[in-house]
Amino acid sequence: MSTHAHDDRGGAHGGHDHGNGEATPKSYLTGFILAALLTAIPFWLVMAGTIDNPAITALIITALAAVQIVVHMVFFLHMNARSEGGWTVMALAFTVIFVVIALAGSLWVMYHLDANMMLAPHEMSQTP
Amino acid sequence: MQAESPAVHFLLGRFTLESLPIHEPILVVTFLVVALLGLALVGAITWYRLWGYLWREWFTSVDHKRIGVMYLVLGIVMLLRGFSDAIMMRLQQAIAFGGSEGYLPSHHYDQVFTAHGVIMIFFVAMPLITGLMNFVVPLQIGARDVAFPFLNNFSFWMTTAGAVIVMMSLFVGEFAKTGWLAYPPLSGIQYSPDVGVDYYIWALQVAGIGTTLSGINLVATILKMRAPGMTMMRMPVFTWTALCSNILIVATFPVLTATLALLALDRYLGMNFFTSGLGGNPMMYVNLIWIWGHPEVYILVLPAFGVYSEVAATFSGKRLFGYTSMVYATVVITILSYLVWLHHFFTMGSGASVNSFFGIATMIISIPTGAKIFNWLFTMYRGRIRFEEPMMWTIAFMLTFAIGGMTGVMLAIPPADFVLHNSLFLVAHFHNVIIGGVVFGMFAGISYWFPKAFGFRLDPFWGKVSFWFWVVGFYVAFMPLYLLGLMGVTRRLRVFDDPSLQIWFVIAGCGAFLILLGILAFLVQIYVSIRDRERLADVTGDPWNGRTLEWSTSSPPPAYNFAFTPVVHDNDAWWDMKRHGYSRPLAGFNPIVVPRNTGAGVILAALCTILAVALIWYVWWLAALSFVAAIAFAIFHTFDYNRLGTVAAEEITGTESERTRLLAGTAAP
Repeated sequence: MSTHAHDDRGGAHGGHDHGNGEATPKSYLTGFILAALLTAIPFWLVMAGTIDNPAITALIITALAAVQIVVHMVFFLHMNARSEGGWTVMALAFTVIFVVIALAGSLWVMYHLDANMMLAPHEMSQTP
Repeated sequence: MQAESPAVHFLLGRFTLESLPIHEPILVVTFLVVALLGLALVGAITWYRLWGYLWREWFTSVDHKRIGVMYLVLGIVMLLRGFSDAIMMRLQQAIAFGGSEGYLPSHHYDQVFTAHGVIMIFFVAMPLITGLMNFVVPLQIGARDVAFPFLNNFSFWMTTAGAVIVMMSLFVGEFAKTGWLAYPPLSGIQYSPDVGVDYYIWALQVAGIGTTLSGINLVATILKMRAPGMTMMRMPVFTWTALCSNILIVATFPVLTATLALLALDRYLGMNFFTSGLGGNPMMYVNLIWIWGHPEVYILVLPAFGVYSEVAATFSGKRLFGYTSMVYATVVITILSYLVWLHHFFTMGSGASVNSFFGIATMIISIPTGAKIFNWLFTMYRGRIRFEEPMMWTIAFMLTFAIGGMTGVMLAIPPADFVLHNSLFLVAHFHNVIIGGVVFGMFAGISYWFPKAFGFRLDPFWGKVSFWFWVVGFYVAFMPLYLLGLMGVTRRLRVFDDPSLQIWFVIAGCGAFLILLGILAFLVQIYVSIRDRERLADVTGDPWNGRTLEWSTSSPPPAYNFAFTPVVHDNDAWWDMKRHGYSRPLAGFNPIVVPRNTGAGVILAALCTILAVALIWYVWWLAALSFVAAIAFAIFHTFDYNRLGTVAAEEITGTESERTRLLAGTAAP
């Protein structure tokens, strides 16, 4: 007796359900304009020297870079909460976790190494 | 260096006839032997008119089973090269005492230990695990192939291209003299102006592309192509470990690629990421390379854990003990493996807080790993254990890996690491876990799935010979290194002053010789098994009384794997089907769509090899040309719309009736 049914899905290429969101020329154009703007602003900030404090400039550029990433994901990679049955969001969460671990860990580690090992020139002259 | 014309320099970059090591007798003899053997092989293939067969059925194949087998062949061939390096080092260290310089000059010795590490990790261990995963995973999840069959072929050839580039360095130019991770500033252009580090960078970049793509491929396969009914928590444990391993590949290999790209920018364009001056920081390289490097060892060992899980359950005749805890342990190890990289450089000068965090995180990994060991032991407990070769490797693994794990926890304690760092204790530890964990697992996996791949078993006698030589050889070779490390001997030394140490190196050399016998016995085993394939034949497709889906199809499986996609009702799907009196479908087959073979992967990988060699030798015109050619060919290939073929229903009926006839033949006598 066979209690197991069979299922034939006709080859290795079953199910083409790309949840491609809205891949329209309009979305690409919106994305392109936003991306160009977000690239132009940092250039302008640096080239024109608009803000005197370099730390603030660097902070703004980093923030704009983060927005740039989101623009790419939404308009070029067409990611949203529903695409590919939620796998895209899962993969995004996974990516964010790994990137945060690598970046935060590296910053922490390198801060320590820099403070402990990379003696500044004036300190070096004092070492025997 | 003779003066040369600008034209020659343009054509050949920095290659001159002096780049050929004709003044090194060892290399000349090696080259002659390799050339003779190579010619013999080419001659034999030509004589038996096998080129067409190899090209059509293997090199251009997009069948995951054939690609898996090719990966395994690559891994075994490169094992011979990596092991020659090992035995050369052991011989050098055994004789270089009492004023003797040994037989290897320092620049040669430094290349040997670098090549040994690079080859063993990237071109032995990685191809072996990728090969096993490629072969087994689609069969275990009831799929007909991987998600992207062409990409799979391309990935294999990129890995092979990396191996070819490393092998080239033996006879044209030289290899890196930096150690297997090529730390700057030593690997920077100032201290390594020769081609060695460039060979290293481009071999790993080319192979790294292959590994990353194959990781993406297998993740997609496991997530999207499981048979109906196979939920995540019904996947076989080997598939689970393969999933975690490939997720780690996808997460970390880009880090390796980026780090090596930065090193290449330093070397080629005079940038200062990892130099000591001008704002660069060599410690950043160490930090980045270990963000890849530590997960890498888990990429290797997780699939081996998967093999042991399958083997322990099958050969104990029991369901795997603690399936759920096994899965969670695997996932926890996956995540933790990404949080411990600093333990490779405790001594580089981080403060107490950083070292404690990473030390404790490292020690925590031993908890899920210990849980796994107990699960395997409980699987065996009161089981009807059959001591076939795969089970023997599994038991040897449990004993050996426990020792390696404990020395690992010792090294995870930062104060202890300050004493043991860079000593032979460390060398003994990582060989203990990589040989005892990964290599034993690969031998267990190869002997376990060999009958599935070829339809006959490996000869058990020669398997046992190989097993005992390997296991005894391992202990004899590496236990002395633990002692030497505790006595303070550092790694990578070429000559020694203290004569009292010599005896330990001689013992270690004897151990390496025993391992050599183990490798030779393995080769004899393959030869004997092919010769006696009638005697060792298995027509049932299920020689071990297996539990998972790969044993439900014929050995070797047909190109389409399963005539009908199986439906899964239990963790041990095939065991469950057998228990419920499963009967094979004999009629009513439908045509199956399968991808066609293509030579595009070989061609693309060949173009990338040319690109890499051109970059290594500064032949800029050839680099530009091969780069454009590779991009153009890749685009051209995307317009090939004729990629799918069909296996007709009649052909399937024929194949399946033949299997029915064979199965009836075994039942009758």
